[in-house]
Amino acid sequence: MTDTLLTALRDLAEPAPATLADRVVDTWVRVPGPLGEVFAVTGARGVRLLRPAAHAGDLDAFLEGYRARHGRPVIPAARAPRGLLPALSGTGPGPDLDLGALTPFAREVLAVTARIPAGQTRPYGWVAREAGHPKAVRAVGTVLARNPVPLLVPCHRVVRGDGDVGQYLSGVPDKVALLEREGVELAHLAGLVGSDTTGVVCFPTCHHARRITTAHRQGFASLERARAAGYRPCRDCRP
Amino acid sequence: MADDEQLRAALVEDLDAGFEAVVRAHSDVVHAVARRTVSRAADAEDLAAEALLRAYRALRGYSPARIEALTLRPWLLTILLNTARNDRRDAARRPRTDGVAPVPDHPASAPGPAERAESTELGDHLAALLAELPVAQRTAVVLRHVVDLPVAEVAVVLGCGEATARSHAKRGLDALRARLAPKETP
Repeated sequence: MTDTLLTALRDLAEPAPATLADRVVDTWVRVPGPLGEVFAVTGARGVRLLRPAAHAGDLDAFLEGYRARHGRPVIPAARAPRGLLPALSGTGPGPDLDLGALTPFAREVLAVTARIPAGQTRPYGWVAREAGHPKAVRAVGTVLARNPVPLLVPCHRVVRGDGDVGQYLSGVPDKVALLEREGVELAHLAGLVGSDTTGVVCFPTCHHARRITTAHRQGFASLERARAAGYRPCRDCRP
Repeated sequence: MADDEQLRAALVEDLDAGFEAVVRAHSDVVHAVARRTVSRAADAEDLAAEALLRAYRALRGYSPARIEALTLRPWLLTILLNTARNDRRDAARRPRTDGVAPVPDHPASAPGPAERAESTELGDHLAALLAELPVAQRTAVVLRHVVDLPVAEVAVVLGCGEATARSHAKRGLDALRARLAPKETP
């Protein structure tokens, strides 16, 4: 009977699931991005951190900063996480992201930002409103300035309400270059644009707004002015 | 463990690569003890991962000399059991708001969905009985008989002498045998 008990006890030693090691040890890659190489750190649930190499500086310093800040080991990856390279070259949806270390508000701001289509921009105030906190415009700026996964969550598509491109975590020239690469006309980011044939008013970069011919294009300084003139907001870009 | 010396050398050489090797070498034993410490299979993996990350954070602050002096397996298991104790204490102080039932003091008997397919009825029954033992006896039985640690390592993890460790394990084993007996000899 002793043997039975001891054998049964040893049978209670379940081997660790294969996922355990991946949950503990993160991996890094250095891959090409739209403005030069980027460093990316990936955990079991997805990409946790991405930085342009030119901004992050020395690889060792970048990795040591990651270890010190997050208290997690990080070793070289065998290959880039699925979806990372297509996302960086603009040819596919992005990889899974692990944003679990962020606050719920920050996660919501990034989720809203991730839905801005390529080639379009939205003001900080719009992101705040869409995230359910219309007054938290400055807080949105703070969240985006610390975006752990720029390019994958396109914080470069969030600009100031007055038409200025605003700040960017690796510098304004990077933001300008990324937007120009997507075909955004930087001179025309301010205000709203309506069509006097449809009576719909859009953000200037909305794909509906870009189809309005010059003859029917009406500019508005604010949604209130557009509404006063009998226009309704676009259902896609929701100004 | 025979290759503990290599693992320690690897840690001193390159902490992160060395730590990955430590995880590969010891995750089974860490997970097996975690599994017998909490009620749900998913919680066991969470607990094991948290404990291993705590170990990594500790190692970052250790000098090479201190790393060279570590006996990795009992050190990792000590961190695991401390982590489990802290989690239970935190859970008791702050009731969970995510709808998940609070962590009980004793692991529950119900097997999780991730339970091994070959787990026998005796295994389930035994896991339930094990969970009901006083914590010192349960820990001693798990370390000595489930994951098969030498008594010396059990004593290190329990923070007691070898005689005490042996006695905890024996009393735990006797209690299990007594509770199993009516079932096995009808």
